Amino acid sequence: MRMKYVLSEVLVGLWRNVTMTVAMIITMAVSLFMLGGSGLLYQKVGDMKDLYYENVQVSIFLKTDVQEQQRTDLETKLKADPLVKDVTYVNKDEAYKRFQQMYADAPDLVNAVKADQLPESFRITLNDPQQYKQIYDQYKTAEGIDTIVDQSKLLDKVFGVLTGIQNGALALAIVMAAAALLLVANTIQVAAYSKRREVAVMKLVGASNWFIQAPFVLEAVVAGLIGSILGLLALISVKTVAAGSSMAALEGLITPISWSEIFLTFPLMAAVGGVVSAVTAWVTLRFYLRV
Amino acid sequence: MTKTYPKASRPSLDNVSVSIEKGEFVFFIGPSGSGKSTIIKLLLHEVTPNKGRVVVNGKDVTSMRSWKRPHFRRSIGCVFQDFRLLPNRTAYENVAFALEVIGKTKAVARRVVPEVLELVGLGGKEHRYPHELSGGEQQRVAVARAFVNRPLILLADEPTGNLDPDTSIEIMRLLDRINRTGTTVVMVTHDSNIVNQMRRRVIEIESGRIVRDQARGVYG
Repeated sequence: MRMKYVLSEVLVGLWRNVTMTVAMIITMAVSLFMLGGSGLLYQKVGDMKDLYYENVQVSIFLKTDVQEQQRTDLETKLKADPLVKDVTYVNKDEAYKRFQQMYADAPDLVNAVKADQLPESFRITLNDPQQYKQIYDQYKTAEGIDTIVDQSKLLDKVFGVLTGIQNGALALAIVMAAAALLLVANTIQVAAYSKRREVAVMKLVGASNWFIQAPFVLEAVVAGLIGSILGLLALISVKTVAAGSSMAALEGLITPISWSEIFLTFPLMAAVGGVVSAVTAWVTLRFYLRV
Repeated sequence: MTKTYPKASRPSLDNVSVSIEKGEFVFFIGPSGSGKSTIIKLLLHEVTPNKGRVVVNGKDVTSMRSWKRPHFRRSIGCVFQDFRLLPNRTAYENVAFALEVIGKTKAVARRVVPEVLELVGLGGKEHRYPHELSGGEQQRVAVARAFVNRPLILLADEPTGNLDPDTSIEIMRLLDRINRTGTTVVMVTHDSNIVNQMRRRVIEIESGRIVRDQARGVYG
């Protein structure tokens, strides 16, 4: 009986103030969408870092007039280096082939460049990509070397952008969460005001505190959960739209986000939505009803 | 026992000591602001004294934790000048509400509520809404609500303040009947007519001090 009473009070409460309820749910949904999105991005950036940095290479380009002896010395030295995992030598012909491949859609450029003009190079995979600096310091003065290029420098820039997007989404999620919080507090105050007579009688005749608070707290929790479901739907539609559009081209570059990963963020969103709403409602009631 | 409200220049009740026996009928009288309503608030544990103790039903409520208050209040019934009924509920529902929110089932309410409405003289008017009832009838509903849980104490804060003299007398007869069931009745009033007619114990308060405590007393 009491459960039925509480539940019907929750529904009545949500309906009584439906515009406020909708505003609360939408704000909550956007906030949780941002939160879920930034959570996914965080995971993805981690995955991609593992993947890319593992394959990252340091290229040591040799001078065009490098001597045979200098090259062999360098190769021996690199192969003996404990920091180095793997060394590949790329001669002029191979470099030209790679160049042709890379600029296949710019035949003018390919025709203008001769195999002779491209430098020989060593492609080095490091045991730990972070140790690039040591390799650089060690070999920059070696004879016959033109430049040392670290691919991870480029990756750093890419990941810098991705991390920036992620932080932006998180910051937005927090701002929206603050707005959602205030809306919850306000909705609960309005609800408590519209039921002030009932509350006064309940307090007078000795209804327990949880019984007085439960309808209000549950009202906020229900709104929070609906918000998290809408947030999930937003994530799903973003993935659907992205998969069908130009974003699909990026799939090769960015590790794709799977459906299961999207659905796994839902418990997080639902928990945050529910708990934040419940706590806000409870604190509001303590101040407002003094129960 | 002394109670001073924050920001008040003088105590609302100053060194007051009163003992009320079980089953008594007591009037607290005195001019507005004399501190008589503070008595009700202290007994309800709505406020706590700054000095001294308040003992209700053998329990020291002075240091009672607030989470125990709901259960404590179930042994006290309360009637006010402004009735405090829920306007969107019928007489029956108003009384049943008080039972249901403290965990009684609908079945219990169906058995007990008509009984108590009959007792206060509202038999046949169970399904009227407060606006369909006269002031006296509304106050009867409030009394029924206060009494339905068979409290040990009934507190009445100027229950006749909004009623005409004849209706007031009827309400007093009802309170008297409730008192005869063994319920202690504590009533705050400045209705001299009623006090003079009832001839019960009268405690007069002025500026926070007891100036008179008289068995079978009159108002002035």
